[in-house]
Amino acid sequence: MTEIIVVTSGKGGVGKTTTSASLSCGLARRGKKVAVIDFDIGLRNLDLIMGCERRVVYDFVNVIQGECTLKQALIKDKRLETLFVLAASQTRDKDALTSEGVRRVFDELVADGFDYIVCDSPAGIEKGAHLAMYFADRAVVVVNPEVSSVRDSDRILGLLSSKTKRAENGGDKVREHLLLTRYSPKRVATGEMMSVGDVKEILGLDVVGVVPESADVLAASNAGTPVILNDGSDVSQAYQDAVSRLLGETVPLRFVDEPKKGFFARVFGG
Amino acid sequence: MGLLDLFRRTPPSAHVAKERLRIIIQQERDRRGGGSPDYMPLLRRELLEVIRKYVNVDPAAVQINVEREDGQEILEFSVALPEKAR
Repeated sequence: MTEIIVVTSGKGGVGKTTTSASLSCGLARRGKKVAVIDFDIGLRNLDLIMGCERRVVYDFVNVIQGECTLKQALIKDKRLETLFVLAASQTRDKDALTSEGVRRVFDELVADGFDYIVCDSPAGIEKGAHLAMYFADRAVVVVNPEVSSVRDSDRILGLLSSKTKRAENGGDKVREHLLLTRYSPKRVATGEMMSVGDVKEILGLDVVGVVPESADVLAASNAGTPVILNDGSDVSQAYQDAVSRLLGETVPLRFVDEPKKGFFARVFGG
Repeated sequence: MGLLDLFRRTPPSAHVAKERLRIIIQQERDRRGGGSPDYMPLLRRELLEVIRKYVNVDPAAVQINVEREDGQEILEFSVALPEKAR
């Protein structure tokens, strides 16, 4: 059984691509065969985050337009045996992506025995975002604990429940999960940032992960190594927990509470 | 946080954010989910006109919501009057 997961958010810059890269790596590390696809036609970026930008010869649109085979376009990850990247096209216009074309590519991945297809959605609610979510079985909604991001994700939830294949067929809904990024337990403790509980309550979603704010994310993107592979970091462990939850395991939330400060640190600042 | 901060408490902004989101998201969900009847925008406009014959209220001061609880629908209507209404 192939499961199609869309990583989406509405708002830009909240960590969709970082999340797509890390979840894909995490699933592949757990022995799953994974294809991660960049749906941001015209603004390709997943290849950079995955560190395979110099190996892109053919892209998603080339496959859809029959200019190459899917096998030629899939870039095999150098670190993980069972992970493949399909880059977005940089040059063509968005209309090159068609629902029929996307379906053909997915059918072929299913026939090839992929366990997961991870769709990295572009920001916004235009065609690319629509096609990224259309065939999804599950959605990981990436949210920053900040008003505009939360509101935009609610728009996306509306689209997931009306403009997807599952919604149109009237069968089981797309399973929706909340993944909070750039979370700062310290600012939550001082009342400057909404908590996991707040966002969860507003959106009415189950939490698949909480990723703390960290300099490691930028360091990872600088290096082209998905941050989940930086095993020592909190961010990596938070993403590994999210992968476990996607696989149906129950794992307690970590990195959501501020480490307790001693008396002197509190009085004299620290 | 230093010693002085202990005495200088400002209301937590996260709380404000949560309240604002709770309201706007509920409204937006009602609007798109077919949650609210389609006469709602017109009802809102006409009520506003009637109220304005008597009190000069701001359009943003008029809130209409349809809430569902235990199979009951409640039409909730609130108007915040300006400080000097008369």
